[in-house]
Amino acid sequence: MAYPKDYKYTKEHEWIQVNGNTGTVGITDHAQESLGDIVFVELPKVGTQVQQGKSFGTVESVKAVSELYAPASGKVIAVNDALNQTPENVNKDANAAWLIKIELSNPGEANSLLSADDYEKYVEEEK
Amino acid sequence: MVDFGGWDMPVEYPASGGLMKEHLAVRTGVGIFDVSHMGDILIRGPQALDAVQWVSMNDASKLQEGQAHYSALLYPEGGFVDDVIVHKLGPNDYLLVINAGTREKDYGWVKKNVSRFHCHADDVGDYYTQLAIQGPKAEATLQKLTSVELLQIKNYWFKHGTVCNLPNTLIARTGYTAEDGFEIYVPSDVATSERVWNEVMEAGKEFGIVPCGLGARNTLRLEGRMALYGHEISDSINVWEAGLDRFCKMDKGDFLGRAALEKAKATGLKRTLVGLEAVDRGIPRDGYKVFSASGSEIGYVTSGSYAPFLKKNIALAYVPLQESELGHEVLVEIRGQRVKCKVVPTPFYKRVKKA
Repeated sequence: MAYPKDYKYTKEHEWIQVNGNTGTVGITDHAQESLGDIVFVELPKVGTQVQQGKSFGTVESVKAVSELYAPASGKVIAVNDALNQTPENVNKDANAAWLIKIELSNPGEANSLLSADDYEKYVEEEK
Repeated sequence: MVDFGGWDMPVEYPASGGLMKEHLAVRTGVGIFDVSHMGDILIRGPQALDAVQWVSMNDASKLQEGQAHYSALLYPEGGFVDDVIVHKLGPNDYLLVINAGTREKDYGWVKKNVSRFHCHADDVGDYYTQLAIQGPKAEATLQKLTSVELLQIKNYWFKHGTVCNLPNTLIARTGYTAEDGFEIYVPSDVATSERVWNEVMEAGKEFGIVPCGLGARNTLRLEGRMALYGHEISDSINVWEAGLDRFCKMDKGDFLGRAALEKAKATGLKRTLVGLEAVDRGIPRDGYKVFSASGSEIGYVTSGSYAPFLKKNIALAYVPLQESELGHEVLVEIRGQRVKCKVVPTPFYKRVKKA
């Protein structure tokens, strides 16, 4: 699965899609593949403040627990609660299975993140 | 791949679907595991039985030729050196299958402690590739590759016969999955090992066979409440705590660890291994702390995971006796949050045995 060009990426394997002052956040296809079968997602409540680079939740596969790091700072305005029942949707389509939406405190913050091409290169080098 | 007792082993085989699929294949069809990391110790000689009786806690005098049982090597203090499967190959000939991570320790221990008997202990682990073929379709799969009538081999019995044209191969109806299945021991050279692996894969194709890694091996044994060394059992845990009483025969005569176990029994049990099921959201995992409903720390999780077949979050944990009643609620601390769990019967999963 490719990495959408209009998303930005972190080295911790999250993606963010910025639209105005709203950011939609998920984990990358590479992340879901390395984790394996995802069985549990723990996300913050609406209204929580998240900070770029800081943990905002966890995602667990059968074999491992992995922290989620916020690609940008702001207030959580929506949480994909459906993943409580169907965490496997992250495996099925990591680019579509968003985790949280953030009202960005500084929309320019995401510019410091990796582009799709740079992220792909980064993943290749990490292997 | 991960380092496991010095062996480079896969946690899962992503190309064939990964851990979850591997686990389910073993519960509903068939899976194959390369378990060559398991160690093998042969004890041979006129006093081999006496030696086995002295170093292990089960009663090997009850074994018939061709029969195996679960047992353990104990320290004089009562803790575990390791758990083992003892196979009676012949009147003076026993095979102990041991864990990879404890191989050197076990061999050293056995060698030292059998030295006063007229017998010889050999570490023969390097000579064998051990493959486990597990699942309700394991028999049908393996039967295609051998003339030995597998139906005749009962659970925890074994036979020698030709498998994949390899004569005198040990075929045991044993495993670590809480499912029906076999473990075969073939020569460890790469060409033979690969050929047998490929032939089993081909034979199991019609049943959807998948290769299974350490991850599925762990979740399968956990659902079946089978102990893992370093988790449910260790040098600081005794048989009574681990609930392995039925494999420990105190009346068979003296053996290493017996006196300490007798004393421990008289003193009374301080903690016991229980099965937990998460009531609230969260996966209790290895090492997490257990708290009582009133908030005091009472124990720890030895193994915990999402259970792929049962589709629940389960764990094994040591707790004080008074907290071990079925249905009793305890709290497991998961990343700072205390998650409600209840004590449930184990094994969590029990296969329906054929009549």
